[in-house]
Amino acid sequence: MRFILRRLGFYLIAFWASITLNFLLPRFMPGDPVSRMFARSQDRMQPEQIEALRKLLGVDDRPIWEQYVDYLHNVFTGQMGVSISRFPTPVTEVISSQIGWTLLLGGTALVIAAVVGNLLGILAAWRRGGAIDSALPPVLVFIGSFPYFWLAMGALYLFGVVLGWFPIRHAFTDGLEPAFTWEFIGDVGAHLVLPALTIVLVSIGGWMLGMRNTMIATNSEDYITMAEAKGLRPSRIMLRYAARNAMLPSVTSFGMGLGFVVGGALLTEVVFAYPGVGYQLLNAVQGLDYPLMQGLFLTITAAVLLANFLVDILYVRLDPRVRSN
Amino acid sequence: MTTALLKQPTSTPAVRKPNRSFVHGLLSNKKALTGLAVMVIFIALALLAPVLFPGDPSRITAMASMEPSAEHWLGTTAKGQDVLALTLHGSRSSLFVGLTVGLASTFIGILVGLASAYFGKFIDEALSLVTNVFLLLPGLPLLVILAAFLPPGLGTVILVLVVTGWAGSARVLRSQALSIRSKDFVAAAVVSGERAGRIMFREILPNMASIVMGTLLACVIYGIGAQAGLEFLGLGDVSTVSWGNNLFWAGNEGALLTGSWWVFVPSGVCIALVAFALALINYAVDEVTNPRLRKIKTPQATPVKTERSAAK
Amino acid sequence: MTISQVSFGSHEPVLDVKDLTVKYIGDTRSTTAVQRVSFSIGTGEVFGLAGESGCGKSTIANSIMRLLKDPAKIAGGSISFGGRDVLAMSPEELRRFRWQDVAMVFQSAMNSLNPVLTIGEQIVDIFTTHAGYSRKESLRRAGELLELVRIDPARLKSYPHQLSGGMRQRAVIAMAVALKPSLLILDEPTTALDVVVQQEIMAQIKELQRELGFSVLFITHDMSLMVELSHRMAVMYGGRIVETAKAQDVYANPRHPYTQALMGAFPPLTGPRVPLTGLPDGVKFRNIPDLAEVAPGHLVAPFGDDIPVIDSVNLEGAAR
Repeated sequence: MRFILRRLGFYLIAFWASITLNFLLPRFMPGDPVSRMFARSQDRMQPEQIEALRKLLGVDDRPIWEQYVDYLHNVFTGQMGVSISRFPTPVTEVISSQIGWTLLLGGTALVIAAVVGNLLGILAAWRRGGAIDSALPPVLVFIGSFPYFWLAMGALYLFGVVLGWFPIRHAFTDGLEPAFTWEFIGDVGAHLVLPALTIVLVSIGGWMLGMRNTMIATNSEDYITMAEAKGLRPSRIMLRYAARNAMLPSVTSFGMGLGFVVGGALLTEVVFAYPGVGYQLLNAVQGLDYPLMQGLFLTITAAVLLANFLVDILYVRLDPRVRSN
Repeated sequence: MTTALLKQPTSTPAVRKPNRSFVHGLLSNKKALTGLAVMVIFIALALLAPVLFPGDPSRITAMASMEPSAEHWLGTTAKGQDVLALTLHGSRSSLFVGLTVGLASTFIGILVGLASAYFGKFIDEALSLVTNVFLLLPGLPLLVILAAFLPPGLGTVILVLVVTGWAGSARVLRSQALSIRSKDFVAAAVVSGERAGRIMFREILPNMASIVMGTLLACVIYGIGAQAGLEFLGLGDVSTVSWGNNLFWAGNEGALLTGSWWVFVPSGVCIALVAFALALINYAVDEVTNPRLRKIKTPQATPVKTERSAAK
Repeated sequence: MTISQVSFGSHEPVLDVKDLTVKYIGDTRSTTAVQRVSFSIGTGEVFGLAGESGCGKSTIANSIMRLLKDPAKIAGGSISFGGRDVLAMSPEELRRFRWQDVAMVFQSAMNSLNPVLTIGEQIVDIFTTHAGYSRKESLRRAGELLELVRIDPARLKSYPHQLSGGMRQRAVIAMAVALKPSLLILDEPTTALDVVVQQEIMAQIKELQRELGFSVLFITHDMSLMVELSHRMAVMYGGRIVETAKAQDVYANPRHPYTQALMGAFPPLTGPRVPLTGLPDGVKFRNIPDLAEVAPGHLVAPFGDDIPVIDSVNLEGAAR
């Protein structure tokens, strides 16, 4: 329990740090980007909206601490301003319409990569020098060396443009009405294949090698020798004794991997024009939509922190030693 | 003879030369040699690029979107630029940024790691907290945000990549430094009144050589990949020639949709080859320092059936 | 020591090791860890194997259960258990042989227990795999086992890190006797424990041995413990046996200079306090020859003039 509280405290500090970073960036960056933005889009806005955005982004004559308190209040009450590029939609509304797609893409890719990668790692370490152990790691490391977006472009070109097997952009066919029908779900699935595949391909090697190396270390532990001496079945030793212990560091990196998947998802979303928060973040940057940018960054950070916290809770379930001290 | 092997006279004092055996191990490792060879080729090409393709590589030299031919080995872009020239010149910026980011991130990592391990207590707590926060903040979105607020340019790219990249190396180096800090010879140095700086850099640091090397390689890989990602999103300095910018223009000019695969293949493959070569060297460093990861030799013929018994 | 007389001297060996040679095959060179070692253990007999760290004791123990891992390889010799050739067993035969016929208590109980499974699960594992009992039946028997080594059966739900060092080792001993094996290997079972707990554990083992009647291969470098517990014993040095005889004979009349040194390195069980002696610095034995019988049942590796025999001057020097 103390472990969980400690971690919770840590995540709160991390979240506070990212809010503060968000607060400081527009206020201390050279070149006054915010004024540029207002110059571009002033004529479309109501005076009170401009006033609210000025406060949010620091074009403000009040003392800095007063601005800071105000900013924290706004963030925790969900007042993130209105989006400039999709004026006059509130930022929170833009984000909530898109976060689901990112969760779908990132989640699918992360789970597939982690599960398959870890299983391959277990098998590779268990049969040292076998086919999986000798052939797969170099291939996967090589594929993993390609940038996410490049592999995404390659997949788009090969399977989308040349072979035409899968759709090449968006999350579902234009004009299709989102609904819980087989047609729509199948369409979403087809659109998901290529983006998810590229993320899986790039990240799976890391999972596999990480698991393989911890498994190798675990295999030389005394309790594995004891399990062998006990005459247990090989499959049981591999899973309940070796992998069960070796997966603990892997669970920790699952949380860490999340941050990378969000990044990978961002690039992949851009290539496939997939309507997630990453794609939207780039659009916001290009459209000088600072309120939306900030909102998106905070949302992404909060999601990553929350996911890490869930992973910590899972870790406590898996490692009895953390539970007692 | 056996007994002699088991209990050799310990006449040679324990003067360990870890660095020499480390370099030797690395040079006799196939992965390391492959990786080094690839890196040498790339560095040579980057240095020779102005000689091989003098002048501005992004000037228009031929018809647009030409397939690879004898004249233009890798074809031309939609603007009519020579892809080979762009690729070779691009390696200069990519390798430079990668190396700079790698060195800077590793340097910060060393400082933070050593300070954490040596001073401990409050300083360690504070530095670890900062490190872990940076490690947890999603890297690429942070990169995008920072790049959006800062004026575009190579300096910005490097700065932003170091800001997001140092934490990983700090974490690895801290844990290594901590384990060395707890060794007796460091305690002896502390008791004998050596200065803090000397203990950190003369006693602890030399014993982390292989980890520092691994971290540096990982940071360079990160730098090259992240720069490419940032530039691909159009957040770098689009006027410079680099692999990431080449891919940005390829995407921008619709090379994919028009089927001009030769425009986007070379830069991507170059990034992958460099990253792969560095990763190979990194794995080789791991193998040399951690013998358990080494490849298992095929067992020699023994009168008994192979000992990899039931459980294996 | 009352345990011994009843069963000692059986002519049907449970375990027969002949000319066992184990090599560690390295990248550039190979090392012989065990060289042509032969011994046998009779039914109900406690056989001790003594020697310093690295002399090959544990390698022999692991060879008997075929637990050696790369780069160690059995390079020659034979191991037969109850007439069966252990080295020729198929993986499945080997799996059944392990724990049912031979069980082992490892040096460190902390490390030999899986940290993420409860004690109960780790005992149940044995019953469900070998005896085919249901989970419920296995749990009931696991509880009985813990009671046998005087641990509260409620501890079945505990994880290894929640038990004290002594309790962990007793739990491991309980696991070892779960299937009533005919041979129990004890590989320095008390090294990691403090003296009082050591005594408890040894008493526990003696009691179980009397009750269940298994043979024991007892490995230690603690000579007083060994003489106290074993019927016969062998002294190893550098991968070879240098002396083997009844424990009492080795204790009363050690022949080989190394045995003498080893005996001198531990305080006697009874009698006045004497200065301890050990092997003086720089004394080594090389090319140890095969054993030769010097008295009925007492075999010693011949040692010649080229081997420095400890004389009184050396003894005084070492006794400081």
